[in-house]
Amino acid sequence: MDSIKACFKLDWPGFTLDVDLALPGRGVTALFGHSGSGKTTLLRCLAGLERASHGRLEFKGKIWQDDKTWLPTYQRPIGYVFQEASLFAHLNVLGNLNFGLKRSTTAQRVGLEQAIELLGIGHLLDRKPDTLSGGERQRVGIARALAVGPEILLMDEPLAALDLKRKQEILPYLERLHDELAIPVIYVSHSPDEVARLADHIVAMDGGRVVADGPLVETLARLDLPIRLGEDVGVVLDATVGEVDSEWHLARVDFPGGSLWTRDRGVPTGKHVRVRVLARDVSLAVHHPEPSSIQNVLDGTVESMAADDHPGLLLVRVQIGASQLVARLTRRSAAQLGIAPGLPVSVQIKSVALME
Amino acid sequence: MLTDSDLQAIWLTIRLAGITTMILLLIGTPIAWRLARSRSWWKGPLGAVVALPLVLPPSVLGFYLLLAMGPFGPVGQLTTALGIGTLPFTFWGLVVASSFYSLPFMVQPLQNAFESIGDRPLEVAATLRASPVDTFFSVVLPLAKPGFITAGVLTFAHTVGEFGVVLMIGGNIPGVTRVASVQIYDHVEAMEYADAHRLAAVMLIFSFTVLLAMYLRRPKPARGD
Repeated sequence: MDSIKACFKLDWPGFTLDVDLALPGRGVTALFGHSGSGKTTLLRCLAGLERASHGRLEFKGKIWQDDKTWLPTYQRPIGYVFQEASLFAHLNVLGNLNFGLKRSTTAQRVGLEQAIELLGIGHLLDRKPDTLSGGERQRVGIARALAVGPEILLMDEPLAALDLKRKQEILPYLERLHDELAIPVIYVSHSPDEVARLADHIVAMDGGRVVADGPLVETLARLDLPIRLGEDVGVVLDATVGEVDSEWHLARVDFPGGSLWTRDRGVPTGKHVRVRVLARDVSLAVHHPEPSSIQNVLDGTVESMAADDHPGLLLVRVQIGASQLVARLTRRSAAQLGIAPGLPVSVQIKSVALME
Repeated sequence: MLTDSDLQAIWLTIRLAGITTMILLLIGTPIAWRLARSRSWWKGPLGAVVALPLVLPPSVLGFYLLLAMGPFGPVGQLTTALGIGTLPFTFWGLVVASSFYSLPFMVQPLQNAFESIGDRPLEVAATLRASPVDTFFSVVLPLAKPGFITAGVLTFAHTVGEFGVVLMIGGNIPGVTRVASVQIYDHVEAMEYADAHRLAAVMLIFSFTVLLAMYLRRPKPARGD
């Protein structure tokens, strides 16, 4: 189902972009990388805001760019969300929303009303941009991009310019987009947390090249991911809430191969959720451990091992049923326990992050 | 109070400044836009040419314009061939000269306004399906409005204050080329100090009022966000 084929070569002083990609035509694809990795430039090439000297771009069978063709930005059926909301200062919120709507000829997949409802900005329509908070501005920016009825939504770090509180304010809306939008979304981010929450597919970039590319769950479980994540190394599991224990305020989430207990966040039973388990929160024991404060203990088998960023550390991938977890151990403890592929182990998980 | 010839001179001055401002809005806007948006090598030379009237003595500018528009100059031969005759010592000759003389006062504020808008609003407009021309009228013009007001007021006021170029190109023909500044000069030459005082006061009050109005409503710089 790859409906976006992109191939760009771009040479700037001190920076080259060289990518050849096929991106899925649905779901959220994260372009992930550190600053300077070329992810924003790639997004701008997709939008036609940047013109790669050699490029070919095909969207759902239509050529947007090749040696002979160049479709200017304003003729591409895209929605684009900039890092700063970049609202038009001379128009109020409704004027900003209507700007693209008036000019768009593409089918209204997400109409204006729906965009306003989805982003919760109905009470802001008469306001001028300079009277809005940063978070409100960005919500208007997202609604404005949706109101044109795009066939693809491109988002350039929409949360990067916001502080933590504003981020928390917007993330739920982005998660709703993820659930309710039928069009593909390309989401540029340098935040592993946002990627883990929102993405279905990940394209990791470094130095203007794609270094890893695949479905999120499988890609994050790779030990050879050639991009430094540091403390953020970890996996994401697709899970379902199986039980809510109201006495202890805990919720049980079931994933293929086991289940985990986590704080009850009010998510109803049966709801599909994502669970993020960081490698630093996973430890391994060879014998079944003594009862301890750690509630989540699972049985698994060591699948593979790889060096970590620090020479004293190792990353160990453990197979648990159909799922995989990654644990970070010191090299010494791995040697003392005799950790090796095929070894049955008890996996202790200190902390689990539940994401709707 | 003011004599009939004073009022005639003032009216002529207003007409000259108004028409010049209109013409320069049409000519100066595209020039300022190209200067603001271009990264080409000719940006420097063009900017320098536009700024020349700021530093050239009006007599130098007037001299060259006189030669160009005179019967043997290229412009003069063109206008003669078109049956208009030659432009020096006519009102329209003054308009042409004023348009050169006041060009930087139109172009520079506009260029600043366009530059301060930056790339982002244009990119946003493109992602919202606006063609470049559409973007210019629906985004750039409204955002640059303070710049247009400044440029218009400065151009008008500067043309009102023109003297040297008028003398070189227009001479001193009542009702045709005798603008207020020349009229004052005449009064002084004729030792009519009382008349000179009255007209000079009108000019002073006008200039001060215009500048005061502009400084009081000192516009916030146009921003895209």
